[in-house]
Amino acid sequence: MSNMNIQQPDSFEFTPENLELAKQHIAKYPEGKQQSACMPLLDLAQRQYGWLPTAAMDVVADMLGMAPVRVYEVATFYTMFNKEPVGKHHVQVCTNISCWLRGSDDIVKAIQETAEIQTGETSVDGLITLAEVECLGACSNAPMMQINDDYYEDLTGEDAARIINDLRSGKTPKPGPQNGRNGAAPLGEPTSLTGDA
Amino acid sequence: MLSDKDRIFTNIYGLKDKSLKGAQSRGCWDGTKGILEKGKDWIIDEMKASGLRGRGGAGFSTGIKWSFMPKEVGDRPHYLVINADEGEPGTCKDREIMRNDPHTLIEGALIASFAMQAHACYIYIRGEFVREAEALQAAIDECYENKMIGKNNVHGWDFDFYVHRGAGAYVCGEETALIESLEGKKGQPRLKPPFPAGSGLYGCPTTVNNVESIAVAPEILRRGASWFAGIGRPNNSGTKLYGISGHVERPCVVEDAMGITLRELLDKHCGGVIGGWDNLMAVIPGGSSVPVMNKEQCDNAIMDFDGLREHGSGLGTAAVIVMKKDTDVIKAITRLSDFYHHESCGQCTPCREGTGWMQRMMHRMVVGNATVEEIDLLEAVTRQVEGNTICALGDAAAWPIQGLIKHFRPEMEARIAAYQAAKNAAA
Repeated sequence: MSNMNIQQPDSFEFTPENLELAKQHIAKYPEGKQQSACMPLLDLAQRQYGWLPTAAMDVVADMLGMAPVRVYEVATFYTMFNKEPVGKHHVQVCTNISCWLRGSDDIVKAIQETAEIQTGETSVDGLITLAEVECLGACSNAPMMQINDDYYEDLTGEDAARIINDLRSGKTPKPGPQNGRNGAAPLGEPTSLTGDA
Repeated sequence: MLSDKDRIFTNIYGLKDKSLKGAQSRGCWDGTKGILEKGKDWIIDEMKASGLRGRGGAGFSTGIKWSFMPKEVGDRPHYLVINADEGEPGTCKDREIMRNDPHTLIEGALIASFAMQAHACYIYIRGEFVREAEALQAAIDECYENKMIGKNNVHGWDFDFYVHRGAGAYVCGEETALIESLEGKKGQPRLKPPFPAGSGLYGCPTTVNNVESIAVAPEILRRGASWFAGIGRPNNSGTKLYGISGHVERPCVVEDAMGITLRELLDKHCGGVIGGWDNLMAVIPGGSSVPVMNKEQCDNAIMDFDGLREHGSGLGTAAVIVMKKDTDVIKAITRLSDFYHHESCGQCTPCREGTGWMQRMMHRMVVGNATVEEIDLLEAVTRQVEGNTICALGDAAAWPIQGLIKHFRPEMEARIAAYQAAKNAAA
């Protein structure tokens, strides 16, 4: 949609499993309000195909009884719908204020050097796409990045480079804080919830 | 400091058993049926008396908000919608509730829905929170299996709880944009009135509440309004999840009392400001949309709605963003201007054009490529955006810049002078 130079597939079809999941999504909403399932179905289509081609939007429009343009509007309004192909690992680094204060510039640089790409590009092996994104809502664990569905938090430049190298060699790096802390608890001794209360 | 016995979120770090059984052992789902049996009027009165003010940023009384719903269900069903589109820069508290303490939220959703005579609740979770949505869904499934919710559940109020994920749009945190998005459209805010309580989701009476506001409700009703009202200062009562980020030794999310001083919050829970309190330059105390405070204000700041308003700022989502002395505060605020420009939905002209204009101007201020008069021009433009848009995103884009000019104008003028000096020297 946003880039006319992208080679679009002629057709799209949900797998039987995803068709079943689509029905479950549609069933969450009242009779006649199935348009509410637009975003969940686009998300399903993107997960299945790797990105979101126009043909998939047309299929969703047809399933939900929507005019195709209404689906295109939704697909182009929200940043998480990828209207062009992305690498196997979609690396999205938060560079908003809390992450920037704690060194997100270093994270971006480390990934650019390790994957040999600029922001917005995909590595030649097709594995890594790098994006800089707005706040991902993990500010107490800054700096952080999202890779596909997982958050990698409390990063250093070395952590980011290691994670990218692991992904390129087929390993699965462990998500979450990389400095050993538990979730959003302060590093080291707890300051609350210390008793059995 | 708040003691553990007064903490509502007993598993906010996820170190304990997250299952229904585990949550029950910590007091969740205790006497829920008895609470419902006291009736919707009692629940709403008790919520009003507790003094709970909405935890999503605006700080409106939750009990009064619930009372705006029609007293009886007419031909249109009522809906509760929970706002989990947590995306205000600095804010990361609702995530911890959903992934680590989800039963507080599910129980709260049942009680709130009953109080407003809704049989269905949708929670709109920001799209990036995939794991959080999975964790919450697992807890919901367990509640269905154990008849805690659903048709013919043990609590005697039919109630369905649906998870709906967004797809990356900050503006959907605005309640009417959220409703539009939930209806399968692009998330552009609606004009009010009509307010959601009259015509919200699918044109039906709807109340939109923040995750934390709903999640604290069961414990308030169990322990009584006076318990909650007794914590903090009048009109600013209760406990609060604070999310601290930026230049502190140990950033964290922590539940403490409303009315704690900023300094105590940072010293007790975060190991203090990096380099010590005197190394502090500025704090944004409530998420990116509230004005920045300088060191002098931080010295005396009390963390509640009225305490921060005294300093011309606000509690917002209690997302405390700390900046130490060597921070380029102009660049920090410019990063927020980039954000608001990116997230403007484009519906209202002052915001669509204004956020871009302010962003470009701020980028010049970062390097000093401006005149001193242009600081006043920038300030004047923020006033033309503020209050002239359908939703508060325009205000949110204006306020950080206003705060910067108010407290850090000397830095901005020095930057301009340095740029001019360098230019003259080169000529």
